[in-house]
Amino acid sequence: MSAPHDKDFESIEEHEHHHHIVSPRVYVTILLALLVGTAVTVGASYVDMGPLNPVIALAIAATKMILVVLFFMHVKYSTKLTKLTVGAGLFTFLVLVGMTLSDYWTRAWGRW
Amino acid sequence: MSDSQVVVHGAAEGAHHEHLPYQRHHFETYAQQSDATNFAMWLFLLTEVMFFGGLFTAYLIFRNWYYPAFVEASHQLDIRWGTANTAVLIISSFTMAMGVWCAEMKKQAGLVLCLVLTFILGLGFLGIKTIEYSEKIEKHHVPGFHYSIQSFVNPSSDPEVHAKNPEDKPLAYDMARHTEIYFFLYFAMTGMHALHMIIGIVLLGFMIIRARAGAYTTGHVTYVENFGLYWHFVDIIWIYLFPLLYLISRH
Amino acid sequence: MSTATIVSLPDQSTARIPRMNFMTKENGLLSWLLTGDHKRIAMLYLVSITFFFFIGGALAGLIRLELLTPQSDLMATDTYNKVFSMHGIIMIFFFLVPSVPATIGNFLIPIMVGAKDLALPKINLLSWYLYMAAGMLGLYAMATGGVDTGWTFTTPLSTHYLNTNVVTTGLAIFIAGFSSIFTGLNFIVTIHKMRCPGMTWFRLPLFVWSNYAASILMVLGTPVLAITLVLVVLERVAGIGVFDPTKGGDPLLFQHLFWFYSHPAVYIMILPGMGVISETVSTFSRKRVFGYTAVAFSSVAIAVFGFFVWAHHMFIMGISNYSMLVFSLLTMLVAVPSAIKIFNWAFTLYKGSITFETPMLYSFGFMGLFTIGGLTGVFLASSGTDIHLTETYFIVAHFHFVMVGGMLMAFLAGVHFWWPKMTGRMYPEKISQLAALITFIGFNFTFFPQFILGTLGMPRRYATYPPEFQVLNVFSTAGATILGVGYLLPILYLTWSLKYGEIAGDNPWQATGLEWQIQSPPLTENFPAIPIMDHEAYDYEWLEGQKEKVASV
Repeated sequence: MSAPHDKDFESIEEHEHHHHIVSPRVYVTILLALLVGTAVTVGASYVDMGPLNPVIALAIAATKMILVVLFFMHVKYSTKLTKLTVGAGLFTFLVLVGMTLSDYWTRAWGRW
Repeated sequence: MSDSQVVVHGAAEGAHHEHLPYQRHHFETYAQQSDATNFAMWLFLLTEVMFFGGLFTAYLIFRNWYYPAFVEASHQLDIRWGTANTAVLIISSFTMAMGVWCAEMKKQAGLVLCLVLTFILGLGFLGIKTIEYSEKIEKHHVPGFHYSIQSFVNPSSDPEVHAKNPEDKPLAYDMARHTEIYFFLYFAMTGMHALHMIIGIVLLGFMIIRARAGAYTTGHVTYVENFGLYWHFVDIIWIYLFPLLYLISRH
Repeated sequence: MSTATIVSLPDQSTARIPRMNFMTKENGLLSWLLTGDHKRIAMLYLVSITFFFFIGGALAGLIRLELLTPQSDLMATDTYNKVFSMHGIIMIFFFLVPSVPATIGNFLIPIMVGAKDLALPKINLLSWYLYMAAGMLGLYAMATGGVDTGWTFTTPLSTHYLNTNVVTTGLAIFIAGFSSIFTGLNFIVTIHKMRCPGMTWFRLPLFVWSNYAASILMVLGTPVLAITLVLVVLERVAGIGVFDPTKGGDPLLFQHLFWFYSHPAVYIMILPGMGVISETVSTFSRKRVFGYTAVAFSSVAIAVFGFFVWAHHMFIMGISNYSMLVFSLLTMLVAVPSAIKIFNWAFTLYKGSITFETPMLYSFGFMGLFTIGGLTGVFLASSGTDIHLTETYFIVAHFHFVMVGGMLMAFLAGVHFWWPKMTGRMYPEKISQLAALITFIGFNFTFFPQFILGTLGMPRRYATYPPEFQVLNVFSTAGATILGVGYLLPILYLTWSLKYGEIAGDNPWQATGLEWQIQSPPLTENFPAIPIMDHEAYDYEWLEGQKEKVASV
């Protein structure tokens, strides 16, 4: 049995994580995208699209979130574990919101 | 059978772990330490997601039930302040990300500058929030503290908002009372968010001091990186709060 | 009982506790209060939760005393409400939730994965301080008037109609929640990132898998409890209206948010116990756990499915019929992984060399009583029967069977099983077996009648009841007295064993697992050097090979 090496404690992916430094150019691009997204969402709120209004607002917000998560928070360049963790959090959040709301939405269906 | 069965190696063979000064002893390598602490911060952010989750659930339910009240109550918020705050936070996220980059590139002056900018922008956000909150307090729109439904039962009694939203009809008494729930959610969600901002700004203060002493530009970027994650998370919360609270219906 | 035993102790005339171990490394109060050593923190927790257990137990005694007679003659009904509320709060948040993870888990997880400590030792210590602060605040709330809302704080009762210490108690539970979150967070990071070379996921002891699953629940579920408590406090203090129907709020929203945590909470409580049982059943039948993969995955399945079933606590509260249907079905499904574990343990026993040391007795108790408790859960999962059985003593019996007959027995099994490792000394076997038997008998007398009472219609949380229920209630109280004796004995003999117990040596149980390959009590850094894992979990052949190696040297 040989002595434990540094390599035993990290996988190849983790090696990549340490060495990948996101360039400022990417950050500037994302910053501009986020600011544009903000302008669009404000503008869209002034246009009457009926039930689509909240859908579009949330879609824009979700896009901005994805940009922040992937690039500012480096998840695009992170390990599978990090991506899985983010996914797990989103999933549990959606379960909380979705399954609770499903009760409220179906109350109107009445007794059968 | 009293001897340890584990084969002892390492010490005898002269293999050593390069212990950097900032590596804690229970970790075998620095890479393990920074991976572990990074993962720990992500898990902490998961708890924050679920923490805010309860408030978002409440919001979605009550918005669905009392839509007219939510629409008119949201018109009490100034969209310019809201948009400005959103921009402020997005830019602060940018400066924070740049700060992490500076730490990784060992640029101490750049790091300090970015942290200071983030700090100032954070304070700016709180300043704008203070202005907004004081407006609400003046108008008695704080739930539980002499809450007034005057502006909703009789919109013309509130000329400033009425001018910007002329199509707002007076609400029926019951529906007008439900604007209190909107404002409860407004204060709870932005208040909880602001609390997280305050904590972040205090931590930033400490980090600026440490950064000036060179603590983060020797290869040990973990604190800056992990704090950056926290800061971006707080930004993401606001990215959702803004359309949900300010932009319910502006047409 | 069989006289065969697997216990193998060193020669008592020459054996000594190793001079250098985690207890002797440093001395002084500060070295304990400012420690980062996961083993010392585990000991701190062990003492604290035992303290809270006995307070909760005393409250239970008061409940059973009151219920000896149909009238409310021992205490006023309001006081009775406070007693059962505080009993529930203390037992759940200050005993069951931290029981195995914070004591046995804290002690063993780093050793089982082959690490020197948990990933975040300071956070671990903070977790204990938060627990103590929460506990002190909870006791203060109790001493200055208590709460009478039930541990479930149902609105609008807790927010509008009662004038007891809801805010203080809510705050105490809020803080305790963060203690739990930090423990779970620490475990997840440690298990992912600090496994020693060769320690793949499927070589981990099943105890680690169970605690991992429980930790996921702690991290994802507890924050929702936190925000719920904040909302209750705001509602009480500021009258914001979120749970107030007169202001347009919905009391049921509280229940959705509360049970979103509190259902996974029961899995937080039971999963670590199931982890203990995997270890003891394997050791005391000298066989690897049957269906390792199934048991490992079922732990995670319980954790995942546990998030989808919470509204089965709300079947009669006004949720939609559609919700009743969906949650009822999902609740049936969540029983499956638990059943898988019971089957796997049973198959582990089959053709094993079974011996009946105390941890095994508690484990048998667990398997039988948890199965009964779990099966009665299926009655409750079916929304039709639940409508009749909910809020009766059937529910009380159900959860006491799984929590006391299940979890508490598993906790005691674990404490006894790892006592030699933690202290270096053996507990006295005969009296501990007697205590286990007393506990089992006392438990059944206490809680089995309650199933019948519930089916007959006796409501829970009432100080008074119709006189025809008295006989069963007297039975139950008699059982509780026996149960109390059964729980008191371990305190006495375990304390005794610290000074007078036999020296245990490294591996008194001849068990596999990394913790049994190091000294008892362990060194502060656990291992002289990080081990390399080269065999599967529960590999008794490997153990035989080790013995031969030592013998041949």
